[in-house]
Amino acid sequence: MSQLKNIKKNIIQASHFGQEGHVASALSILDILFVLYDKVLNLSLNNLDSDDRNILILSKGHASLAHAAVLEANKFITRSELMDYCSHESILGGHLNKKKVPGVEASTGSLGHGIAISIGMALASKIKKIKNSVFVIVGDGECNEGTFWESMLLASNHNLDNLCCIIDYNRSNDRALKLDSLHEKVKAFGWHVEEIDGHSHKEIISSINSKVVDKPKAIIANTIKGYGIREMENNPAWHHRSPSKEELEQMIKELS
Amino acid sequence: MRAQFVKTVSKLIQSDERVVLLLGDIGVFGFRKMFAQYPERTYNIGILEQSTIGLAAGLSLSNLIPVVHTIAPFIVERALEQIKVDLGYQELGANLVSVGASYDYAALGCTHHCPADVPTLNEIPGIEIVVPGHPDEFDKLFNQNYDNGNTTYFRLSEAKNTHSYNVEFNKNIVIQEKGGVVIIAVGTTLEAVLDASLNLDVTIIYCTTVKPFDFDSISKFLSKKILIIEPYYSGSILTNILRQSGNINGNFSTIGVPNDFINKYGSKADIDKMIGLDSDSIKKKIIEKINE
Repeated sequence: MSQLKNIKKNIIQASHFGQEGHVASALSILDILFVLYDKVLNLSLNNLDSDDRNILILSKGHASLAHAAVLEANKFITRSELMDYCSHESILGGHLNKKKVPGVEASTGSLGHGIAISIGMALASKIKKIKNSVFVIVGDGECNEGTFWESMLLASNHNLDNLCCIIDYNRSNDRALKLDSLHEKVKAFGWHVEEIDGHSHKEIISSINSKVVDKPKAIIANTIKGYGIREMENNPAWHHRSPSKEELEQMIKELS
Repeated sequence: MRAQFVKTVSKLIQSDERVVLLLGDIGVFGFRKMFAQYPERTYNIGILEQSTIGLAAGLSLSNLIPVVHTIAPFIVERALEQIKVDLGYQELGANLVSVGASYDYAALGCTHHCPADVPTLNEIPGIEIVVPGHPDEFDKLFNQNYDNGNTTYFRLSEAKNTHSYNVEFNKNIVIQEKGGVVIIAVGTTLEAVLDASLNLDVTIIYCTTVKPFDFDSISKFLSKKILIIEPYYSGSILTNILRQSGNINGNFSTIGVPNDFINKYGSKADIDKMIGLDSDSIKKKIIEKINE
């Protein structure tokens, strides 16, 4: 857990130095990303070109700080690259670019894009008879997009049981367009659906490992936006804001 | 050209196991043999153009070669952000093949017109735009280009020129060279241009690749009067000439589809005549240009 705390500190420090980033969104999905890289994906710089590597696409690209910090923890990028977040010459922008960042499979940012790309990659694995898994993390706000529901139809129609869509259900979008009965809706589109506490590593790993045949799997991860930092938790003011020096010191203290 | 598209792509599905066809619920009957023989790489993906482009990007990221086919406004205008971000920004290889051109579906009205496809895609960095004028030309250009690692837009039309030329990607063809006016005819406009130019001393350059534009082919004609004739909203060729040349001075005119909604029905020929893209109207413009 100390590693996870360090990653959280890195996220807020990088955001402070760059004065950029969606920190609260990053903290919403950090546990999911941490578990994926730690226990599931089996990815390293050495196997990034393997055809049968597992794939992760961060469809909610604005949570890039979490992805960048986890990539740093897994030695895909250096600490100085992480702390250079969003500078003019940085390899890391507010939305990660696959051309610049090793380990990033798709350049996302516009919502509702990564899910369709993940379907293409899962279908490609079926065509090429590759036995890997494709994971895609989408936000609940992203579920407003028509392409999310188009993609739900596509994945179940093509029986993509190598695809797992993790929905970061932090309910920040409820103020705009509620996704009431999300579980039932996704299920009605032909997916196997599980619902978990998105901050429980045990539940994350067990839902990812559950075996499903002939259907794509959706994991509705109930999460808290800004998880782990009291000031930030479910506070819309922190959607796109970076900590000041004083706030950073306070947050580091809280995490220690 | 659609029949040729079926033949060309069917052959490639058979010969290149990287090719994956995604149909937007059109042209399905034409590909029935491919559906039967290669179901794992032939899909009637449905009427969801945005996700289809995203899916195509995913296939491309996995080193397959997607061929996406539907009607021009739906593939270009509806899925524009996906073309820009998923294909363009990520610099992926894909083939987008449209039908309907500017107003082939004249009787169906403006929802099915797409004179903005070429100018719109012209603004996406790195995307190649091919406008064949004959089915044989589509076959040549597609085979030359389908696996070059870039996103290429192929604009098919129900119209076609009588004769085909030995076209190459990114190469214009000088069909005749005389007089002080140079006409650049794009794709299916060549037929009307050749008709209109009978017995006129004009140079005719035939263009089937709008982007990247073959600037070298016109560099020696830049001191002459240049008339560009395009079968979509005019201006893309001129834009590309100016960008590639670094903003030269020259005597340029463009003729294309006017920037209006075409609220009439009938046939493509009716609309050609109405907007001045028939051979009689083009002839008048050429003579005006000669007499300038």
